[in-house]
This record gives sequence, structure tokens and C-alpha cells, in this order.
Amino acid sequence: MAMTTEPRSDRDVTAIDQSTGRVGDVVFAGLARSSGLLIMLALAGVAVFLVVQGSGALGNTGDAVYGKDSIWGYVWPLLFGTLLASVIAMIIAAPLAIGVALIISHYAPRPVAKTLGWLIDLLAAIPSVVYGLWGINFLALNLVPAYDWLQRNAGWIPFFEGPVPNSGRTMLTAGIVLAVMALPIITAICREVFAQTPKMHQEAALALGATRWEMIRMTVFPYARSGMISAVLLGLGRALGETMAVALVLAPSLLVSFNLITAEQSSSTIAANIALNFGNASGAKIDTLIFTGLVLFIITFAVNFLGRAIAVRGVAKG
Amino acid sequence: MTDTTLTPVDETGRHSMPLQGAQLPRYAPGLAAGIAVGIAVLAVLLGGVGAVAAVMIGWVLLAVGLPAWSRAVEGPRKAADRVAGVLVWSAFALAMIPLVSLVWTVVSKGLPILSAQFFQNSMRGILGEGGGIYHAVMGTLIITALATLISVPIGVLSAIYLVEYGKGSKLARVITFLVDVMTGIPSIVAGLFAYALFVIFFGPGVRMGFGGSVALSVLMIPIVVRATEEMLKLVPDELREASYALGVPKWRTIVKVVLPTAVAGIVTGVTLAVARVAGETAPLLIIAGLTTGANFNPFSERMATLPVFIFYAITEPGIYDEEMAAYAWGAALTLVTLVMVLNVAARVIGSVFAPKTGR
Repeated sequence: MAMTTEPRSDRDVTAIDQSTGRVGDVVFAGLARSSGLLIMLALAGVAVFLVVQGSGALGNTGDAVYGKDSIWGYVWPLLFGTLLASVIAMIIAAPLAIGVALIISHYAPRPVAKTLGWLIDLLAAIPSVVYGLWGINFLALNLVPAYDWLQRNAGWIPFFEGPVPNSGRTMLTAGIVLAVMALPIITAICREVFAQTPKMHQEAALALGATRWEMIRMTVFPYARSGMISAVLLGLGRALGETMAVALVLAPSLLVSFNLITAEQSSSTIAANIALNFGNASGAKIDTLIFTGLVLFIITFAVNFLGRAIAVRGVAKG
Repeated sequence: MTDTTLTPVDETGRHSMPLQGAQLPRYAPGLAAGIAVGIAVLAVLLGGVGAVAAVMIGWVLLAVGLPAWSRAVEGPRKAADRVAGVLVWSAFALAMIPLVSLVWTVVSKGLPILSAQFFQNSMRGILGEGGGIYHAVMGTLIITALATLISVPIGVLSAIYLVEYGKGSKLARVITFLVDVMTGIPSIVAGLFAYALFVIFFGPGVRMGFGGSVALSVLMIPIVVRATEEMLKLVPDELREASYALGVPKWRTIVKVVLPTAVAGIVTGVTLAVARVAGETAPLLIIAGLTTGANFNPFSERMATLPVFIFYAITEPGIYDEEMAAYAWGAALTLVTLVMVLNVAARVIGSVFAPKTGR
């Protein structure tokens, strides 16, 4: 800032004058443009390399796909597990995140809200492997009594059939860890959208005698609807691609099962499966794993694309 | 007061309606919460219920009692408002539980193992006690520093292109979109990309620290571009125009006027990006691998990093699983501290060195 307000001496001006030239401009613009192009190249590279390396796995059978009949028989249970864990995470995280965002944007007093927002940001900064460590050593163990209770009282629902493992390492635990990890992202976006609700709308509602909740329901939510949807979709994208927490929490297996609170019959996720098997894989197995990575990439791409598209459309409309 | 009607009478003698409906006192939520907590505590002491059940009892009492009281005094609309208030605050409290318990677990389990020796030793030749995370700390620092070296120039220059040169052009729109997509790339996919790329040059089974840096850059560049772009947009056009009016070429205007104005925000964004990728595990697991000793050459052989060390200490501890678990917690505490320090530093830089716009 100081740079711009300081009056320059005459000597400086002439110095600048001498160095003025089209060359510098062309070089700098070229540099800037080429790094932009490099980003395009990098993303194209991600897609191309995954396709090239992964497509070799399409014909894999038997040992190369870990004893399954075909590559699809291998991918499907993993895909199912990925979607199941992420959907559980969203069911838990979305309402909580909206509540937290409302606290920060509308309920808490100003100075407190700033600190709270900062706390939630800290939650986003914690590395995923630490979440996994916490999930397996603290959360899973402490959830066992709750799972026992669920199995006793709601065991007739297929979700809660059990048997409950002593370690507590189940699909539901993985979903909860993913929810904790996705929560800060959803909160951050919701909070921003909530805060952008026009002050006039809110004050008008209050002036007409609306209570705080009515004001939020009538002005904030309608204004923020597309933002909230895109926030949940972006959180879903994060949960889908999350690796380490799930790799640590879930015992790996290749099954399609809706049983949420058991260890033996729970599905694994694509990302966790790659992390657990890549170190020991070689040859055709690596191709198989890269192919599952490609599937994951396509799904997260689609979810993120949808999320961004909804956000953009919402802005244009609002 | 000779008037016998129920409506109050003001000094002029006219009947008037009260301007406000009946209201609960300001301390009502606090009082209700106090009573709920009291009953929950009583239930624990006298009824012998468990802590979790007591919390549930207290919460249900609050969630039902306060709105019921409000409904009786203030009417149904205010009661709905109270319900919403209780639910929103409960959501917040519930979301805080993981943060508090996570920090508590990591600190309480990680602190006992921390010692000078823990940071000076590596795991080379160590079975059981006496090991340390020197090699992993060094690996994390080297790989993250290299990733920063790759990401910052590309990220900042791309943002400059987007804001200063390509504004509104088709290429800029495509790049903005791709950057958005890149923020959503799963970290493990970034690792697979780096692996697939390096296999071409070094053959199958390649492991090297630099590959980890490339993978981390894929995750870091979009964050840097986003942060820089936001900051450059905040630089007022008057500054640029003043510079142009003095005959300064565009590139010197950017380097000498625009960037210095936005530098605090850019540094904040970069620091946050570093904090974000320093804790990434998945890509490093794939391309950087794990060693027991320190490796200072990122261009050859495996390189240990803190997150990967934690992962393997838990999943493949061998027979010394208690010692390895202790190392994992120590490493986790170190990693969390590192990330937190970077975060706090970013905020401090952002608030202290932010340009004073006078607004």
C-alpha cells in the first residue's frame, strides 16, 4: 500500500520510463497465460492418465481383480460402499451444518460468532488421518453401547441387524467420521450464503412482527436455497473422495450390505480400498485399482459439477 | 382509579391497548436450561441413570418445557421460535463435541511420548521403544516445501491471468471452471495421477518424494488460485488507473502496485493451502511410500512423511503395537500442532498486514 501512495522522485519516474517496453508486457502476459494453460493441462492430464492406465483393467478377470469375475464385480461393491458411507454422512451433517451456520450468521452475538466461525474452520484444518485415528481409537469404541442399544431395540430394521463388533468399526462409524469432516465445508458455504441475505428483506420481515425463526424461514432460507443445495453437494464430493479416515475405520471387505452396525458384512469404499491395497499391488492389480480411481474421479466430478452449476444458477437468479 | 374495566387507562383517561403481547422474561431460556440441568443431575444422583441418558432427559425437558411455557404465555408462533432456537443451539453443541473430544484425545494421548529424543531419532533399526519421527518430520517439510514451490508461482500467475489479462475471455472462464473442478479432486486420485505420470518416466513401482510434491500441487494449486483471485479482485481499480496514468506499463503496474497491495491476502491464502496439504495422506501413501530412516533426496527412493507414518503405525504395527500406537499419537499431535500453527499464522498475517483501506 505504501508503495502506491509514496510520491515518486523524478529519478524514479525516468527509471520506469526507460524500462517501459512492450517486451516486458508480452513476456509477463505470456507467463500468466501459460500457467493458466498449465492448469488446464494438469486436469486433462489427470483424466488422460487415469483413463490410459485404468482402461487396461477393463478385461481383467480372476486374480487381477482380487478373485472377482470381472472388473465390474470388483468395482460395484466398492462403489456401493462409497455411496452408502457418503449418504449417511450427508444425512447427519447437512442438518447440523445448517444449524451451525445459522448460529454463526444469525443467532450468536457478533464477537462470539466470529470466534465460533474460527473454531469450525479449525475443524476443517485437522488432517484426515488424525480424524481416522480418532475415529478408530475413540469414537468407534464409544459408539459400541449405542450400537448395542440400536440392535436390541431396532434390530428388526435391516440397517441395525448387527452383530455389533467390539471394536465398533462399522459403516455407521465411518459415516459419522465423514459427517464430522464434511460439516465444516457445508457450514462455511451455508454461512456465507446466509450472511448475504439482503438486510432489507430481514428487517422488513421483523418489522411485520415475524419472530426470528419466521424471519429466517421466510427470508433467509428462500434466498439461500440453491446455496444450501450446492453446499451439501460439495460436502458430498468431499465425503466421496475421503480416503484415510475410512481406510482406518472400516475393516475392508467386498460386499454389498445395508447392515450398518456390523464389521464382517460392511462394504468398503473406493478410496479406502486403493489406500489399503496399493502398497502390495503390482502389475494388473495396479491397473484395477487405478480403474476404481477413475470411477471415483468421474463420480466426484459429476457431483462437484452439479454443485457448482446449482450455485452459479442461484447467483444469476438471486 | 375508579375505572373498573380491565383495559389499562393512560393519564388522558382514554382506554388503550398494550403495545406488546405477553412475553417471557429475558432470563426464561437460562432458567429453563438450569431447571433441565438440575433435573438431569438429580436423575443421575437419585435415579442412578447413566450420563448419556441424563443428557437426553435434560435435553428433552428443555426442548419440550421451554416451548410449552412459551406457548402458554406468548402463543404458538413464539413457541415455534423457541423450538427452532433450542434445535439450532443443540445442533451447534452436537457439532462441537467432535472438535473438543478430538483435540482432547490427541493432546492427552500424544503428549506423554513427546521428548527431544522423539524428534531426533528416526525409526531406522528400531523395534519397540526408542524410536522417533525425525525422518517423517523432515519428509513432510521437504515434500510440502517443494509442493509450495511448484504451486505458488503457477497459482499466483494463473490468478493474475484470470483477473488482469483474461477477464471475461473464454479461456478465463474455462480455467475458472477447471479450477473449481480441481478443488473437488479426491486426494487419492491426485496420488494415482502422480503415480501414473511417474511410471512413464521411471517404470512401474516408482516411489519418490518429488512425486508426492506433484500430487500435493494438484491439490494446492486450485486453493492458491482461488485465494489470490479473490485478493486481486479487491484491489481498487483507481490504483491501477493511477499507475497507468503515470505511464507505467501493465506488467510493472501488476508487479509494483497490484501485488504489493494484495500481498497479505495472498500470503494468508498460501499459508492456508500449505496447512491443508501438509496433512494429506492418501497421495503420499501411493507415491512417496514409507521408510524407517531419513531420506533428504526427494528425487530418489521412498520418503517417510508424518501422515503416512501415522497410517502405517496403526494399520501395520507389527508385534510392538503399543509402542507404535504411542508413536502414532505423538506424530498426530505434532501434525495437528503444525497445521494449527500455520492456520493461526495465516490469520495473523491476514489481519496485521491487511492493507488499510480507510473504509
